[in-house]
Amino acid sequence: MSEQERIQKQKTERASTEQAAVNVDTTKGDQLKNDLDDLLDEIDEVLEENAEEFVRNYVQKGGE
Amino acid sequence: MQVPKVLGIETEYGIAGGPEQDPILASSIIVNAYAQEGRTRINWDFDSESPSSDSRGVLNFTSFAPIVETQLANTVLTNGARLYVDHAHPEYSSPECRTPLEATLYDAAGEEVMLRAMNVSNQSLDPSMRITLYKNNCDGKGNSYGTHENYLLSRDLEFKEVVAGVVPHFVSRQIIFGAGKVGAETEDGLEVNPPFQISQRAEFFEEVVGLETTLKRPIVNTRDEPHSDAERFRRLHVIIGDANMSQVATFVKLGSTSLLLSLLEAEGAKVFPSMPVHPVQSVRSFAIDTTLTHAVLCEDGKKRTAWDFQDELWNLADSFTKRTGVPDVAGEDEVALIMKHWREMLDGVRDNPASVADRIDWVAKLRVIEGLKDRYDLPDNDAKLRAVDLQYHDLRKEKSLAKRVGLLELFSNEQVSEAVQNPPRTTRAYFRGQCVARFPEQIVAANWDSVVFDLGEGPLQRVPMLDPLRGTAELTQDLLEKNPSASALLKAMNG
Repeated sequence: MSEQERIQKQKTERASTEQAAVNVDTTKGDQLKNDLDDLLDEIDEVLEENAEEFVRNYVQKGGE
Repeated sequence: MQVPKVLGIETEYGIAGGPEQDPILASSIIVNAYAQEGRTRINWDFDSESPSSDSRGVLNFTSFAPIVETQLANTVLTNGARLYVDHAHPEYSSPECRTPLEATLYDAAGEEVMLRAMNVSNQSLDPSMRITLYKNNCDGKGNSYGTHENYLLSRDLEFKEVVAGVVPHFVSRQIIFGAGKVGAETEDGLEVNPPFQISQRAEFFEEVVGLETTLKRPIVNTRDEPHSDAERFRRLHVIIGDANMSQVATFVKLGSTSLLLSLLEAEGAKVFPSMPVHPVQSVRSFAIDTTLTHAVLCEDGKKRTAWDFQDELWNLADSFTKRTGVPDVAGEDEVALIMKHWREMLDGVRDNPASVADRIDWVAKLRVIEGLKDRYDLPDNDAKLRAVDLQYHDLRKEKSLAKRVGLLELFSNEQVSEAVQNPPRTTRAYFRGQCVARFPEQIVAANWDSVVFDLGEGPLQRVPMLDPLRGTAELTQDLLEKNPSASALLKAMNG
């Protein structure tokens, strides 16, 4: 999916989520499930390629 | 006595990449890139709205006034915030805000500041050294960094009252404001080894009350540094909280806490729920119980779940707001919005978590984790799940999962951009931000309670700002507009 298509898709999703919040429950459950399925379909495009290495290399110094 | 709940959030961002993977260097690059960009970019559009005597025009990105006591990069922005390197993290401390919604907006502005700083830095870095920022609180290896809230309190309130009043909220509020994480990372946490925790920070807390923030972290921090008139005010420095990606979570976290603090000032700790007998264990055991059924013994002999605590606290706040309106926290509509979201999130998280996945970070994150686990039959500690955990907080738009899970947003991009540029109008942050924007060449230092001018002749001139509620637009806008030069302004103020 191109970046533009993806952005368009997110916009549509966001709009429908807002609508679902207004209409409450019955449709909201299905909508959320569909949104999650779509996200999982695309997740490999978003996640860092080598998850193992990415997670291992994320080391922080304590702060505060 | 109740005082207006002036408040703000300071956030240390997680940082990866940079030359030699040195986080202090990378953090300095982030802060300096932002400051340098501010010194050279001029926004002519803005110039016409707010005339300035500075011949270079009004700075677009931010401006820059060093704070003298440190060698590390340290700047004050035109929106009144502080952007600096704290330990090995870039930190954004929001300006003082007057209401929870405003403080939420300035927290969102902080994300935008960091995003812009990251993009500017990466333009000049070799691709292999690109810096990435994360708005989270731990690295999964036992290192934690903070998101701290600050609230103005009346000095009249005794500290032991503060402790008794806030502990029930601080141990339990994570069930709606927790940001969630995969697994555990401290020695104690690993012994229990939960697959998922509600809060990023819970397992790092070891004491009920104390001064530390980096070791033996306490649920109630005793740092007594009011940055204001110490005779009248306290600053409650709250270190037990997660960085939220959900704006609604940030808003209700600040809102619920402000309302309860106002109630505490008005009526004392006696009206609050009894403390848990073991607060530290309660924080940790609530964090690992995603079913929200775990109950802890309290000093009154009753057992309460985190949900029970929150339900009692919501009811207390509800009757308090109905009695008084709580103008010290926010206007009527905003208070009503806090109470509405708080109630919905509380009921939703117990009865129908999916219904609040648009507002509660840990629920949103857990849905992705469980969805992925089910789909590919992954073990609890799979690296992919940990990557999801990290990337939920990734500031890069193309890599952020928080941007993809359908979180409700409270502000438009225009509102956030406006807050990146301009200070809140109803606290002293207004005067600080305006001075930084108007007189970047004449300000040699600024901090929370003063601005120091160097007019090029005579001694440095410090303008003290000990009252967070003065220096507002109402009190200083005319003065600033009538006196376009720093010397005229100081003369008018001294006159």
